[in-house]
Amino acid sequence: MESPEEMLSPRAATIAPSELPTFSPAVRTALFDYLLRLGDDRLILGHRLSEWCGHGPILEEDLAIGNVSLDLIGHAQAFLALAGRVEGKERDEDRLTFFRGEREFRNIKLSELPRGDFAFTIARQFLFDSYAALLMEKLQSCRFPELAGLAAKTLKEDTYHLRHSAQWVLRLGDGTLESHAKVQAAFNDLWAYSGEAFVADEVELLLAKELGIPDPSSLKAVWVERVSALLKEATLQVPADCFMHTGGRKGLHTEYLGKLLAEMQIVPRSYPDARW
Amino acid sequence: MVVPPVEAVQSILSQVMDPEIPVMSVLDMGIIREVRWDEAEGALHIEITPTYSGCPAMKVIEDDVTSALMKAGFPRVLTHRRYSPPWTTDWMSSEGKEKLRAYGIAPPGLAAESLIGINQKRKKVACPFCRSEKTELRSEFGATACKSFYYCAECCQPFEFFKPI
Repeated sequence: MESPEEMLSPRAATIAPSELPTFSPAVRTALFDYLLRLGDDRLILGHRLSEWCGHGPILEEDLAIGNVSLDLIGHAQAFLALAGRVEGKERDEDRLTFFRGEREFRNIKLSELPRGDFAFTIARQFLFDSYAALLMEKLQSCRFPELAGLAAKTLKEDTYHLRHSAQWVLRLGDGTLESHAKVQAAFNDLWAYSGEAFVADEVELLLAKELGIPDPSSLKAVWVERVSALLKEATLQVPADCFMHTGGRKGLHTEYLGKLLAEMQIVPRSYPDARW
Repeated sequence: MVVPPVEAVQSILSQVMDPEIPVMSVLDMGIIREVRWDEAEGALHIEITPTYSGCPAMKVIEDDVTSALMKAGFPRVLTHRRYSPPWTTDWMSSEGKEKLRAYGIAPPGLAAESLIGINQKRKKVACPFCRSEKTELRSEFGATACKSFYYCAECCQPFEFFKPI
Protein backbone atom coordinates (compact mmCIF):
# COMPACT_ATOMS: atom_id res chain seq x y z
CA MET A 1 0.00 0.00 0.00
CA GLU A 2 1.54 3.29 -1.06
CA SER A 3 1.87 6.18 1.35
CA PRO A 4 0.01 9.38 0.42
CA GLU A 5 3.38 11.00 -0.42
CA GLU A 6 4.20 8.23 -2.86
CA MET A 7 0.83 8.53 -4.53
CA LEU A 8 1.12 12.30 -4.96
CA SER A 9 4.65 12.45 -6.28
CA PRO A 10 4.95 12.53 -10.06
CA ARG A 11 6.38 9.04 -10.51
CA ALA A 12 5.67 8.84 -14.16
CA ALA A 13 5.69 11.60 -16.69
CA THR A 14 4.64 11.41 -20.27
CA ILE A 15 7.58 11.44 -22.64
CA ALA A 16 7.97 14.66 -24.58
CA PRO A 17 5.93 14.01 -27.75
CA SER A 18 7.76 13.86 -31.04
CA GLU A 19 9.22 17.11 -32.37
CA LEU A 20 6.93 19.31 -34.38
CA PRO A 21 7.95 20.09 -37.95
CA THR A 22 9.33 23.59 -38.52
CA PHE A 23 6.57 25.99 -39.50
CA SER A 24 6.89 29.53 -40.78
CA PRO A 25 5.43 32.10 -38.32
CA ALA A 26 2.41 32.67 -40.57
CA VAL A 27 1.66 28.96 -40.84
CA ARG A 28 2.22 28.43 -37.12
CA THR A 29 -0.28 31.19 -36.24
CA ALA A 30 -2.85 29.83 -38.70
CA LEU A 31 -2.33 26.25 -37.56
CA PHE A 32 -2.82 27.19 -33.90
CA ASP A 33 -6.11 28.88 -34.80
CA TYR A 34 -7.19 25.91 -36.92
CA LEU A 35 -6.46 23.39 -34.16
CA LEU A 36 -8.48 25.53 -31.74
CA ARG A 37 -11.37 25.36 -34.21
CA LEU A 38 -11.18 21.57 -34.38
CA GLY A 39 -10.89 21.24 -30.60
CA ASP A 40 -13.50 23.85 -29.67
CA ASP A 41 -16.18 22.44 -32.03
CA ARG A 42 -15.98 19.20 -30.08
CA LEU A 43 -15.28 20.56 -26.61
CA ILE A 44 -18.36 22.79 -26.63
CA LEU A 45 -20.61 20.19 -28.27
CA GLY A 46 -19.30 17.53 -25.88
CA HIS A 47 -20.20 19.77 -22.96
CA ARG A 48 -23.70 20.34 -24.35
CA LEU A 49 -24.26 16.61 -24.77
CA SER A 50 -23.13 15.99 -21.19
CA GLU A 51 -26.17 18.00 -20.07
CA TRP A 52 -28.29 14.98 -21.01
CA CYS A 53 -26.60 12.85 -18.37
CA GLY A 54 -29.37 11.64 -16.07
CA HIS A 55 -32.05 13.21 -18.28
CA GLY A 56 -32.13 10.93 -21.31
CA PRO A 57 -35.58 9.97 -22.65
CA ILE A 58 -34.65 6.29 -22.22
CA LEU A 59 -31.74 4.67 -20.39
CA GLU A 60 -30.07 3.48 -23.59
CA GLU A 61 -29.94 7.01 -24.96
CA ASP A 62 -28.72 8.46 -21.66
CA LEU A 63 -25.77 6.08 -22.02
CA ALA A 64 -25.32 6.61 -25.75
CA ILE A 65 -25.33 10.41 -25.58
CA GLY A 66 -22.98 10.30 -22.61
CA ASN A 67 -20.55 8.11 -24.55
CA VAL A 68 -20.65 10.35 -27.63
CA SER A 69 -19.95 13.29 -25.33
CA LEU A 70 -16.93 11.49 -23.85
CA ASP A 71 -15.55 10.67 -27.29
CA LEU A 72 -15.92 14.31 -28.41
CA ILE A 73 -14.20 15.61 -25.29
CA GLY A 74 -11.42 13.08 -25.89
CA HIS A 75 -11.00 14.42 -29.41
CA ALA A 76 -10.97 17.97 -28.07
CA GLN A 77 -8.27 17.00 -25.58
CA ALA A 78 -6.06 15.70 -28.39
CA PHE A 79 -6.62 18.67 -30.73
CA LEU A 80 -6.19 21.27 -27.98
CA ALA A 81 -3.05 19.58 -26.64
CA LEU A 82 -1.57 19.76 -30.14
CA ALA A 83 -2.73 23.38 -30.46
CA GLY A 84 -0.88 24.26 -27.27
CA ARG A 85 2.32 22.66 -28.53
CA VAL A 86 2.05 24.50 -31.86
CA GLU A 87 1.47 27.81 -30.05
CA GLY A 88 4.61 27.18 -28.01
CA LYS A 89 3.57 29.21 -24.94
CA GLU A 90 3.20 26.22 -22.59
CA ARG A 91 -0.57 26.23 -22.61
CA ASP A 92 -1.80 22.66 -22.33
CA GLU A 93 -5.32 21.44 -23.11
CA ASP A 94 -6.58 22.22 -19.58
CA ARG A 95 -5.23 25.76 -19.69
CA LEU A 96 -6.86 26.33 -23.07
CA THR A 97 -10.16 24.80 -21.98
CA PHE A 98 -10.65 26.53 -18.63
CA PHE A 99 -8.89 29.87 -18.93
CA ARG A 100 -9.87 31.27 -22.32
CA GLY A 101 -12.67 33.83 -22.58
CA GLU A 102 -15.64 33.74 -24.93
CA ARG A 103 -13.98 35.80 -27.66
CA GLU A 104 -11.11 33.33 -27.81
CA PHE A 105 -13.23 30.29 -28.58
CA ARG A 106 -13.28 29.24 -32.23
CA ASN A 107 -16.18 26.78 -32.42
CA ILE A 108 -19.04 27.05 -34.91
CA LYS A 109 -22.29 28.31 -33.39
CA LEU A 110 -23.98 24.99 -34.10
CA SER A 111 -21.98 23.45 -31.25
CA GLU A 112 -23.03 25.95 -28.59
CA LEU A 113 -26.80 26.00 -29.18
CA PRO A 114 -28.75 24.69 -26.18
CA ARG A 115 -29.56 21.01 -26.09
CA GLY A 116 -33.27 21.47 -26.71
CA ASP A 117 -35.45 18.39 -26.77
CA PHE A 118 -34.31 14.95 -27.97
CA ALA A 119 -35.33 15.68 -31.57
CA PHE A 120 -33.27 18.88 -31.55
CA THR A 121 -30.26 17.11 -30.06
CA ILE A 122 -30.45 14.32 -32.65
CA ALA A 123 -30.94 16.71 -35.58
CA ARG A 124 -28.01 18.90 -34.49
CA GLN A 125 -25.86 15.84 -33.86
CA PHE A 126 -26.64 14.43 -37.31
CA LEU A 127 -25.73 17.71 -39.02
CA PHE A 128 -22.50 17.90 -37.01
CA ASP A 129 -21.55 14.22 -37.39
CA SER A 130 -22.07 14.41 -41.17
CA TYR A 131 -19.67 17.37 -41.30
CA ALA A 132 -17.17 15.93 -38.81
CA ALA A 133 -16.82 12.52 -40.48
CA LEU A 134 -16.40 14.13 -43.90
CA LEU A 135 -13.79 16.60 -42.60
CA MET A 136 -11.75 13.90 -40.84
CA GLU A 137 -11.92 11.71 -43.95
CA LYS A 138 -10.18 14.49 -45.92
CA LEU A 139 -7.93 15.68 -43.10
CA GLN A 140 -6.24 12.29 -42.67
CA SER A 141 -4.29 12.94 -45.88
CA CYS A 142 -2.92 16.34 -44.88
CA ARG A 143 0.84 16.93 -44.84
CA PHE A 144 1.23 17.37 -41.05
CA PRO A 145 1.66 13.72 -39.99
CA GLU A 146 0.63 14.12 -36.36
CA LEU A 147 -2.63 15.85 -37.35
CA ALA A 148 -3.27 13.28 -40.08
CA GLY A 149 -2.87 10.54 -37.46
CA LEU A 150 -5.33 12.22 -35.10
CA ALA A 151 -7.81 12.61 -37.96
CA ALA A 152 -7.60 8.91 -38.82
CA LYS A 153 -8.31 7.97 -35.20
CA THR A 154 -11.11 10.52 -34.82
CA LEU A 155 -12.77 9.37 -38.06
CA LYS A 156 -13.35 5.87 -36.71
CA GLU A 157 -15.27 7.18 -33.71
CA ASP A 158 -17.09 9.83 -35.76
CA THR A 159 -18.37 7.02 -37.98
CA TYR A 160 -20.05 5.34 -35.01
CA HIS A 161 -21.53 8.68 -33.90
CA LEU A 162 -22.91 9.24 -37.40
CA ARG A 163 -24.44 5.78 -37.44
CA HIS A 164 -26.17 6.53 -34.15
CA SER A 165 -27.54 9.97 -35.09
CA ALA A 166 -28.52 8.95 -38.64
CA GLN A 167 -30.45 5.91 -37.38
CA TRP A 168 -32.34 8.15 -34.96
CA VAL A 169 -33.15 10.70 -37.69
CA LEU A 170 -34.67 7.84 -39.70
CA ARG A 171 -36.61 6.55 -36.72
CA LEU A 172 -37.91 9.98 -35.68
CA GLY A 173 -38.65 11.25 -39.19
CA ASP A 174 -40.27 8.06 -40.41
CA GLY A 175 -41.91 7.62 -37.02
CA THR A 176 -45.06 8.92 -35.42
CA LEU A 177 -46.83 12.17 -36.36
CA GLU A 178 -45.38 13.74 -33.22
CA SER A 179 -41.79 12.59 -33.73
CA HIS A 180 -41.92 13.61 -37.38
CA ALA A 181 -43.19 17.10 -36.53
CA LYS A 182 -40.59 17.63 -33.79
CA VAL A 183 -37.58 16.52 -35.82
CA GLN A 184 -38.75 18.51 -38.86
CA ALA A 185 -39.09 21.62 -36.71
CA ALA A 186 -35.60 20.95 -35.32
CA PHE A 187 -34.02 20.79 -38.80
CA ASN A 188 -35.92 23.91 -39.86
CA ASP A 189 -34.54 25.79 -36.82
CA LEU A 190 -31.01 24.46 -37.23
CA TRP A 191 -30.58 24.98 -40.95
CA ALA A 192 -29.37 28.58 -40.62
CA TYR A 193 -26.48 27.31 -38.45
CA SER A 194 -25.42 24.57 -40.84
CA GLY A 195 -23.48 26.66 -43.33
CA GLU A 196 -20.86 28.16 -41.02
CA ALA A 197 -18.60 25.11 -41.04
CA PHE A 198 -18.14 25.35 -44.80
CA VAL A 199 -16.98 28.97 -45.03
CA ALA A 200 -13.26 29.15 -45.81
CA ASP A 201 -11.32 32.10 -44.47
CA GLU A 202 -7.67 33.11 -44.68
CA VAL A 203 -6.66 30.52 -42.05
CA GLU A 204 -7.94 27.53 -44.01
CA LEU A 205 -6.86 28.94 -47.36
CA LEU A 206 -3.26 29.33 -46.14
CA LEU A 207 -3.20 25.86 -44.53
CA ALA A 208 -4.80 24.24 -47.58
CA LYS A 209 -1.92 25.60 -49.63
CA GLU A 210 0.90 24.88 -47.16
CA LEU A 211 -0.24 21.69 -45.39
CA GLY A 212 -2.91 20.16 -47.59
CA ILE A 213 -5.69 20.76 -45.07
CA PRO A 214 -9.10 20.45 -46.81
CA ASP A 215 -10.71 23.70 -47.89
CA PRO A 216 -14.04 23.50 -46.02
CA SER A 217 -15.96 25.08 -48.91
CA SER A 218 -15.02 22.05 -51.02
CA LEU A 219 -16.87 19.79 -48.57
CA LYS A 220 -20.24 21.50 -48.79
CA ALA A 221 -21.64 19.86 -51.91
CA VAL A 222 -20.94 16.34 -50.63
CA TRP A 223 -22.37 17.22 -47.22
CA VAL A 224 -25.57 18.60 -48.76
CA GLU A 225 -25.95 15.49 -50.90
CA ARG A 226 -25.49 13.06 -48.01
CA VAL A 227 -27.68 14.99 -45.58
CA SER A 228 -30.45 15.51 -48.15
CA ALA A 229 -30.47 11.83 -49.05
CA LEU A 230 -30.90 10.77 -45.43
CA LEU A 231 -33.56 13.41 -44.72
CA LYS A 232 -35.57 12.31 -47.75
CA GLU A 233 -35.34 8.69 -46.65
CA ALA A 234 -36.64 9.82 -43.25
CA THR A 235 -39.63 11.38 -45.12
CA LEU A 236 -38.43 14.84 -44.04
CA GLN A 237 -38.26 18.06 -46.04
CA VAL A 238 -34.79 19.46 -46.69
CA PRO A 239 -35.08 23.08 -45.45
CA ALA A 240 -34.80 25.77 -48.11
CA ASP A 241 -31.60 27.74 -48.62
CA CYS A 242 -31.46 30.65 -46.21
CA PHE A 243 -29.17 33.19 -44.57
CA MET A 244 -26.36 31.36 -42.77
CA HIS A 245 -25.01 32.50 -39.38
CA THR A 246 -21.26 32.95 -39.11
CA GLY A 247 -18.82 34.54 -36.67
CA GLY A 248 -17.90 31.65 -34.41
CA ARG A 249 -14.56 31.11 -36.16
CA LYS A 250 -13.64 34.70 -35.24
CA GLY A 251 -14.80 34.46 -31.63
CA LEU A 252 -18.17 36.15 -32.18
CA HIS A 253 -20.65 33.85 -30.51
CA THR A 254 -24.32 33.62 -29.56
CA GLU A 255 -25.51 34.57 -26.08
CA TYR A 256 -25.44 30.88 -25.17
CA LEU A 257 -21.67 30.42 -25.12
CA GLY A 258 -21.01 32.80 -22.25
CA LYS A 259 -23.35 30.92 -19.94
CA LEU A 260 -21.94 27.57 -21.03
CA LEU A 261 -18.39 28.72 -20.27
CA ALA A 262 -19.42 30.14 -16.91
CA GLU A 263 -20.65 26.71 -15.91
CA MET A 264 -17.75 24.84 -17.47
CA GLN A 265 -14.99 27.07 -16.08
CA ILE A 266 -16.28 28.16 -12.66
CA VAL A 267 -14.40 25.60 -10.57
CA PRO A 268 -10.87 25.94 -11.99
CA ARG A 269 -11.26 29.70 -12.24
CA SER A 270 -12.36 29.91 -8.61
CA TYR A 271 -9.48 27.74 -7.41
CA PRO A 272 -6.76 28.17 -10.04
CA ASP A 273 -4.06 26.63 -7.86
CA ALA A 274 -6.08 23.56 -6.86
CA ARG A 275 -4.42 20.20 -7.44
CA TRP A 276 -6.29 16.93 -7.86
CA MET B 1 17.37 -3.39 -6.50
CA VAL B 2 18.66 -4.93 -9.70
CA VAL B 3 16.94 -3.61 -12.82
CA PRO B 4 15.14 -6.50 -14.54
CA PRO B 5 15.89 -7.23 -18.20
CA VAL B 6 13.60 -5.60 -20.76
CA GLU B 7 12.32 -9.09 -21.65
CA ALA B 8 10.67 -9.26 -18.23
CA VAL B 9 8.32 -6.42 -19.18
CA GLN B 10 6.10 -8.74 -21.22
CA SER B 11 5.28 -11.02 -18.29
CA ILE B 12 4.87 -8.07 -15.90
CA LEU B 13 2.40 -6.37 -18.25
CA SER B 14 0.46 -9.60 -18.77
CA GLN B 15 -0.62 -9.11 -15.14
CA VAL B 16 -1.78 -5.52 -15.60
CA MET B 17 -5.50 -5.76 -16.27
CA ASP B 18 -7.87 -3.41 -18.05
CA PRO B 19 -9.77 -1.69 -15.21
CA GLU B 20 -13.12 -1.95 -17.04
CA ILE B 21 -12.75 -5.53 -18.27
CA PRO B 22 -10.65 -7.21 -15.56
CA VAL B 23 -10.15 -10.47 -17.48
CA MET B 24 -8.18 -8.70 -20.23
CA SER B 25 -4.58 -7.65 -19.72
CA VAL B 26 -3.16 -4.55 -21.41
CA LEU B 27 -1.30 -6.99 -23.70
CA ASP B 28 -4.55 -8.78 -24.63
CA MET B 29 -6.02 -5.38 -25.51
CA GLY B 30 -3.15 -4.69 -27.90
CA ILE B 31 -2.57 -1.19 -26.53
CA ILE B 32 1.10 -1.55 -25.63
CA ARG B 33 2.91 -0.50 -28.80
CA GLU B 34 6.54 -0.20 -27.84
CA VAL B 35 8.84 -0.92 -24.93
CA ARG B 36 12.26 0.74 -24.89
CA TRP B 37 14.99 0.80 -22.26
CA ASP B 38 17.15 3.91 -22.37
CA GLU B 39 20.47 3.07 -20.71
CA ALA B 40 21.69 6.68 -20.63
CA GLU B 41 18.53 7.96 -18.92
CA GLY B 42 18.07 4.83 -16.84
CA ALA B 43 14.45 4.91 -17.91
CA LEU B 44 11.95 2.50 -19.38
CA HIS B 45 9.77 4.06 -22.10
CA ILE B 46 6.34 2.56 -22.79
CA GLU B 47 4.24 3.70 -25.73
CA ILE B 48 0.50 3.12 -25.29
CA THR B 49 -2.18 3.67 -27.92
CA PRO B 50 -5.56 4.65 -26.43
CA THR B 51 -8.50 2.50 -27.51
CA TYR B 52 -11.04 5.33 -27.71
CA SER B 53 -10.16 9.04 -27.61
CA GLY B 54 -12.40 9.70 -24.62
CA CYS B 55 -11.55 6.51 -22.75
CA PRO B 56 -11.66 7.55 -19.09
CA ALA B 57 -9.61 4.51 -18.08
CA MET B 58 -6.46 5.71 -19.87
CA LYS B 59 -4.99 7.53 -16.88
CA VAL B 60 -5.66 4.56 -14.60
CA ILE B 61 -4.05 2.20 -17.13
CA GLU B 62 -0.97 4.43 -17.42
CA ASP B 63 -0.68 4.59 -13.63
CA ASP B 64 -1.15 0.82 -13.27
CA VAL B 65 1.47 0.06 -15.94
CA THR B 66 3.94 2.45 -14.30
CA SER B 67 3.23 1.13 -10.83
CA ALA B 68 3.64 -2.53 -11.82
CA LEU B 69 6.94 -1.88 -13.58
CA MET B 70 8.37 0.23 -10.77
CA LYS B 71 7.41 -2.43 -8.21
CA ALA B 72 9.29 -4.94 -10.36
CA GLY B 73 12.43 -2.84 -10.06
CA PHE B 74 12.53 -0.39 -12.97
CA PRO B 75 13.69 2.89 -11.36
CA ARG B 76 12.06 5.21 -13.85
CA VAL B 77 9.09 4.53 -16.12
CA LEU B 78 7.79 7.00 -18.70
CA THR B 79 4.54 6.38 -20.58
CA HIS B 80 3.67 8.05 -23.85
CA ARG B 81 0.36 8.15 -25.71
CA ARG B 82 0.71 7.36 -29.37
CA TYR B 83 -2.37 8.05 -31.52
CA SER B 84 -0.99 6.94 -34.85
CA PRO B 85 -1.57 4.33 -36.21
CA PRO B 86 -4.97 4.33 -34.50
CA TRP B 87 -5.93 1.43 -32.26
CA THR B 88 -8.01 -1.27 -33.89
CA THR B 89 -9.78 -4.27 -32.38
CA ASP B 90 -7.70 -6.34 -34.82
CA TRP B 91 -4.80 -5.80 -32.36
CA MET B 92 -6.60 -7.73 -29.61
CA SER B 93 -5.14 -11.17 -29.04
CA SER B 94 -7.31 -14.16 -29.95
CA GLU B 95 -6.89 -15.44 -26.36
CA GLY B 96 -8.20 -12.06 -25.25
CA LYS B 97 -11.25 -12.37 -27.50
CA GLU B 98 -12.05 -15.77 -25.99
CA LYS B 99 -11.65 -14.33 -22.49
CA LEU B 100 -14.21 -11.65 -23.45
CA ARG B 101 -16.71 -14.25 -24.54
CA ALA B 102 -16.22 -16.26 -21.35
CA TYR B 103 -16.74 -13.06 -19.36
CA GLY B 104 -20.09 -12.44 -21.11
CA ILE B 105 -19.03 -9.86 -23.71
CA ALA B 106 -19.44 -10.80 -27.38
CA PRO B 107 -16.00 -10.27 -28.97
CA PRO B 108 -15.47 -8.20 -32.14
CA GLY B 109 -15.01 -9.79 -35.54
CA LEU B 110 -12.49 -8.45 -38.03
CA ALA B 111 -12.70 -4.66 -38.19
CA ALA B 112 -12.74 -4.50 -41.98
CA GLU B 113 -15.66 -6.91 -42.29
CA SER B 114 -17.78 -5.32 -39.62
CA LEU B 115 -17.58 -1.53 -39.97
CA ILE B 116 -20.66 -0.68 -41.95
CA GLY B 117 -22.24 2.36 -43.55
CA ILE B 118 -25.28 4.04 -42.08
CA ASN B 119 -27.83 1.83 -43.80
CA GLN B 120 -25.96 -1.39 -44.34
CA LYS B 121 -27.39 -4.51 -42.73
CA ARG B 122 -25.53 -5.39 -39.56
CA LYS B 123 -23.67 -8.68 -39.17
CA LYS B 124 -25.39 -10.97 -36.68
CA VAL B 125 -23.81 -11.07 -33.24
CA ALA B 126 -23.84 -14.39 -31.39
CA CYS B 127 -24.92 -14.38 -27.74
CA PRO B 128 -21.85 -15.04 -25.54
CA PHE B 129 -23.97 -17.09 -23.15
CA CYS B 130 -25.99 -19.43 -25.38
CA ARG B 131 -24.36 -18.80 -28.80
CA SER B 132 -27.74 -18.12 -30.46
CA GLU B 133 -27.89 -15.53 -33.26
CA LYS B 134 -31.45 -14.50 -32.29
CA THR B 135 -30.00 -11.27 -30.91
CA GLU B 136 -30.99 -7.64 -31.38
CA LEU B 137 -29.22 -4.33 -30.92
CA ARG B 138 -30.64 -2.22 -28.10
CA SER B 139 -28.15 0.64 -28.25
CA GLU B 140 -25.15 1.57 -30.35
CA PHE B 141 -23.34 2.52 -27.13
CA GLY B 142 -23.39 0.47 -23.94
CA ALA B 143 -21.86 1.11 -20.54
CA THR B 144 -18.72 2.29 -22.31
CA ALA B 145 -18.10 3.84 -25.73
CA CYS B 146 -16.31 0.71 -26.97
CA LYS B 147 -19.30 -1.57 -26.49
CA SER B 148 -22.84 -1.83 -27.86
CA PHE B 149 -25.80 -3.13 -25.90
CA TYR B 150 -27.63 -6.25 -27.16
CA TYR B 151 -30.43 -8.54 -26.04
CA CYS B 152 -30.67 -12.28 -26.72
CA ALA B 153 -34.22 -13.43 -27.52
CA GLU B 154 -33.23 -17.07 -27.06
CA CYS B 155 -31.94 -17.04 -23.47
CA CYS B 156 -33.50 -13.64 -22.60
CA GLN B 157 -30.29 -12.08 -21.30
CA PRO B 158 -28.85 -8.68 -22.20
CA PHE B 159 -25.16 -8.62 -23.09
CA GLU B 160 -22.54 -6.25 -24.41
CA PHE B 161 -20.76 -6.48 -27.77
CA PHE B 162 -17.23 -5.11 -28.13
CA LYS B 163 -17.49 -3.04 -31.30
CA PRO B 164 -15.02 -3.63 -34.11
CA ILE B 165 -13.13 -0.45 -34.90
